[in-house]
Amino acid sequence: MQRNHNHPTIVTIEKVIDETPTVRTLVFSDDVMPNVLPGQFAMVWIPGVNELPMSVMISKEPGKAAFTVRKHGPSSTGLFNVPVGGQIGIRGPYGNSFDLKEGKLLLVGGGTGLVPMMRLLTFVKSTDDVTVLIGAKTKDEVFFEDLANSLLDPPSNVIVSTDDGSYGEKGFVTDLVEKLVSKNHYDAVYVCGPEIMMYKTVQSAHSRNIFVQASLERMMKCGVGICGSCCVGEDLACRDGTVFDGEHLSTNKEFGHLYRNKAGILENY
Amino acid sequence: MTFKKGTRIKNQLLYSKLCPLIKVEPSIATSIGQIQLDKPVMLASGILGISLDVFNRLYASGAGAVVTKSLSTAPWEGYPNPTIFSVKGGGWINAVGLSNPGASNFAKMIEPNQDVPIIVSLVGSVPEDFETMIKEFENCKVKAYELNLSCPHVAKVGLEVGDDPGLVKAIVSTVKKATNVPVIAKVGLGTSNYLNTVSNAVDSGIDAITAINTVRAMAIDVETKRPILSNKFGGLSGTPIKPIALRCVYEISSKYDVPIIGCGGVSTWEDAVEFFLAGASAVQLGSAIGDNWVGVFDDINKGIIQYMKRNNYSTIKDMVGLAKKS
Repeated sequence: MQRNHNHPTIVTIEKVIDETPTVRTLVFSDDVMPNVLPGQFAMVWIPGVNELPMSVMISKEPGKAAFTVRKHGPSSTGLFNVPVGGQIGIRGPYGNSFDLKEGKLLLVGGGTGLVPMMRLLTFVKSTDDVTVLIGAKTKDEVFFEDLANSLLDPPSNVIVSTDDGSYGEKGFVTDLVEKLVSKNHYDAVYVCGPEIMMYKTVQSAHSRNIFVQASLERMMKCGVGICGSCCVGEDLACRDGTVFDGEHLSTNKEFGHLYRNKAGILENY
Repeated sequence: MTFKKGTRIKNQLLYSKLCPLIKVEPSIATSIGQIQLDKPVMLASGILGISLDVFNRLYASGAGAVVTKSLSTAPWEGYPNPTIFSVKGGGWINAVGLSNPGASNFAKMIEPNQDVPIIVSLVGSVPEDFETMIKEFENCKVKAYELNLSCPHVAKVGLEVGDDPGLVKAIVSTVKKATNVPVIAKVGLGTSNYLNTVSNAVDSGIDAITAINTVRAMAIDVETKRPILSNKFGGLSGTPIKPIALRCVYEISSKYDVPIIGCGGVSTWEDAVEFFLAGASAVQLGSAIGDNWVGVFDDINKGIIQYMKRNNYSTIKDMVGLAKKS
């Protein structure tokens, strides 16, 4: 029987990789999730804890996929703590994906926002000129640098920036984006990370007529466009996105400024 | 020159009677008592209803009205996830837990609205809750209020209220005194006979009935051997409950002289027409958006128009309750 993507499938965690003291990658085998498109997400059920929208991480092993999670609140900590042999439920994939352009590409990721960027790297062509920017607060929080290098053939540019300058270039990754887009023409810029980082990146690129796309994160309940929790202005992140063009985002009043809390009340970033 | 409400419909009727050979484009405008809508398919409460921008989009997509999430006197966060479960073979079980920003915040958000027919859904435990909330909407354009007397998965409100005949009478009477805007009661299948709820609401002056709400249900995961929803119990919606909702609309329209809005599993124009034939003047949908997204409104509207053309109906009213005559 064909799998109903809305129905949770139970998978078992086979491997846990510590990326940083607060970030882990949980690897599992599945028929569907290894082949999703960059930007697509799954709703991940941690039995007894909660259910979270998670971008689907790649695995180097065939037939496997992963989730990379930073422990933050009770739900993400619940996922972070799932041990090898632990069971989680997954449904999806949901959402659209990044439009794949060719040529000179800039991929910008902050924190677990790097997850869709890693999958995007598996889709780029060897003829593309790819630069990956990894933004982190400090050295301890840098991850996926080696992975990004290993996915690029030949290894192109992977640039790390830390806010405190403890590793790589010093400063906000958005300042680096501004510097790069002012000096080079890119055929596309892709970004995923904290909303302010995406907002500034979209501004830098869109103001120079560079094609840019961002993958938005919002509180989600259903994942299928029914509950309305993830609305951003007139858009539903789960159903219309999570990937939006800079052109569209520049007309959205809430992007970069406002999000809704669990009761649906707008709050400032 | 001024036009009375409904003039267009009357003119079309007259026209179609005088000129039986000339085909008139059917009108899908409908009246649910005093509530007049250009289109008969509305967004049901609980679905997508927290942003005015989304309301505008749904209205532009062909929704005749949007019913808001059920609002309470204070903001509610709802239950933790999982709050929704997809039933194999169709339908959803949800226990979102009536999360909403509260009546006051919500009223401020929709205050700028001029165009979209908004039906404000309210949930509360006592008559005073509803009275307080209606005051918050003084500066808003509200098409109607819909009293949620039937949510099956939150304590002290919804079905627990709907199952209490005294409370239903007190709430409906209080709300009717508090506003001149039409008031709808949304009923569902609780522990008592839902027709008693309808009867009490009608006796207390309700303007219309929405039937039905989701049906209390649950799902258990066989691998982890536990209920899936965090609240354990939720409400079943979508295609599995359509035959039940249809039966309820038929029963209500057979027993009471009250306008009815059919709700439960509408996903195609045939579903909508079935509800009209059973006695509903309009329908609401929600689950179908999860399957077919917002294009579902226009698809259904178009299907209804084609059906009306085939059957030479000029207005929705021509169909309402026809199945009871056979």
